[in-house]
Amino acid sequence: MLENKMKPIWFFVGLILLVMGGIILLNGIYLLFNPSERVTALSETHPDIWWGALMAVFGGLMYFKTRKQSV
Amino acid sequence: MQAIGLSFIDWVIIFIYFAFVIGIGWYLRRFTKSQEDFFLAGRKNSSWVAGIAFLSANLGALELLGMTGNTFKYGMYVAHFYWIGAIPAMLFLGIYMMPFYYSSKINSIPGYLKLRFDEKTRVLNGIAFALMTLLVSGINLYAMALVLHTFLGWNWDVSMWASALTVAVYVGLSGLMSAIFTEIIQFFLIWFGLFLISILGIIEIGSLHEIIARINQYSAQTSFTTLWSTSSNPMQNGMFIHWGGIVLGLGFVLSFGYWTTDFLVIQRAFSAKDLRSARMTPILASFFKMALPFIVIVAGLIAIALSNDPKSGFSLLRDGGQINYDSALPLLIARYYPSGLVGLGVTALLAGFMAGQAGNVSAFNTVWTYDIYKAVLNRKATDAHLLWMGRVSTLVGVGISLITAYWAKSFPSIMDYMQAIFSWVNAPLFATMLLGMFVWWITPNGAFWGLVTGMASSFTLYLAVKFAWINESVITLSSVRSDMATNFWRAWWAWLICAVVTVVISLITKRKSKEELVGLVKGLTKENHDQTVPFIKKPEFFALISLIILIILNIIFW
Repeated sequence: MLENKMKPIWFFVGLILLVMGGIILLNGIYLLFNPSERVTALSETHPDIWWGALMAVFGGLMYFKTRKQSV
Repeated sequence: MQAIGLSFIDWVIIFIYFAFVIGIGWYLRRFTKSQEDFFLAGRKNSSWVAGIAFLSANLGALELLGMTGNTFKYGMYVAHFYWIGAIPAMLFLGIYMMPFYYSSKINSIPGYLKLRFDEKTRVLNGIAFALMTLLVSGINLYAMALVLHTFLGWNWDVSMWASALTVAVYVGLSGLMSAIFTEIIQFFLIWFGLFLISILGIIEIGSLHEIIARINQYSAQTSFTTLWSTSSNPMQNGMFIHWGGIVLGLGFVLSFGYWTTDFLVIQRAFSAKDLRSARMTPILASFFKMALPFIVIVAGLIAIALSNDPKSGFSLLRDGGQINYDSALPLLIARYYPSGLVGLGVTALLAGFMAGQAGNVSAFNTVWTYDIYKAVLNRKATDAHLLWMGRVSTLVGVGISLITAYWAKSFPSIMDYMQAIFSWVNAPLFATMLLGMFVWWITPNGAFWGLVTGMASSFTLYLAVKFAWINESVITLSSVRSDMATNFWRAWWAWLICAVVTVVISLITKRKSKEELVGLVKGLTKENHDQTVPFIKKPEFFALISLIILIILNIIFW
């Protein structure tokens, strides 16, 4: 049977940020050990790792806070 | 020349976005059962949802690319578009105009014109808005394909069809609700996808202060780093404009004309669950609007600083010897972002393009269905029939957008005309709305002929300058040439002509009685909303905070 209550938008925002942030973080960790030939400015600061982690944490908080909510 | 190369992981990020938005459209379809669900998202959104969607409907990728490029060209004066050119109008909408819009239970802005004036004024505005929306939608589609082709090397046809079909699917399935959902996702993707550029640019150069100091060093004669201190002499600022043009043209007419009358953004406020939420919608959005220069303006300033430093190796692309200002943002993505983040940055731009497209299409299908189809063609249409018509007009709207996009591709100079389209429609409409909402004796004939004259005069002034029938200085009151200044001043004259004609004709034509205008005109309507709410919870309080932040930002960057 289909649900009658709609998930809040924040659930979907959290989910997409969690998924994308997680992928960017994991890819950043992979590149840490297998550096790309393409060198970017400030690559030594590994923005993909900390920015991906920030996205995943932010998205994860939104996702887990709203996963049981409905509007 | 291709600026950005995509890796496998970047493609994965982009694919996830496309799959996600189509999935959301499919998921929301089961909750779209009536015309109110489809056209107004069931009128059940909180002020946060409506507020972010309100802002995001305006936050297209063209704006992000264009405003970063404009900052490179004109300097910090571009921040006026986000501050004086938006915030006062958004607050005015929330405080003074929204009670009349929301309480009259209209479905669209032309719907208000019908109640306040008459059917012919509504249909005139409905047709002008529908045409403008489809043109803008098509031109955006063309511009998106141009950007993707230039910077990513993507195929024109695939870019246009893939994004148009995706928008058609998710808007066609669940209307405004899925448009709002994807706009909110776009908002977060833009912040996460593009704000990192400003952070990394500031880290590389040292500080925001250092960026400004370097730019001042490169351009001693013309200021690119101030907002007002060089505005009394157009020769001293990068935009070559006098403060009068900024205040009257941008801050008053263009800004109020867009933010208080353009149904594309106001439709999001109509989706709010109650009057307080609807009033809070533009007020909450104003805080996010004020923050956007920290993405676009800072990125533009970073691009100026880097391009003037030979050691940085940074320079904008050139097309036939002309600088391609829109390349600033993609080139900064390529400079700072490793794989994965590149996919996120490109997805942010794609999301901006598609959400803008969805916004245009969802506004078009509402105005077409209510203000043209039901008002003129089929007055007895049932709820189910209107829902069907909404879905059909979505598909037709996307189809016409595609045709317009191909037309634009074969006739690129149409882009020039688009620069001025908002002042053709919105500037005169703002005069009509302002007079209609605050002066009870403005008549239906006054409003109709004022609108006709205002739109015609704006269009004529545009052609007169473009084909040199008159000297531009007649409009701008300045001997210095600037496209931006001409746009601002033309909007002001169109507004003034519309206002004068409306008043003059209203003095000699039949008025509506005061009883007919209760609930539609200030002064004739009892305003008792939020009377029991403490001041710190009222929309007025949040508007005051927003205004104070606006003043502080202007003083800091004076």
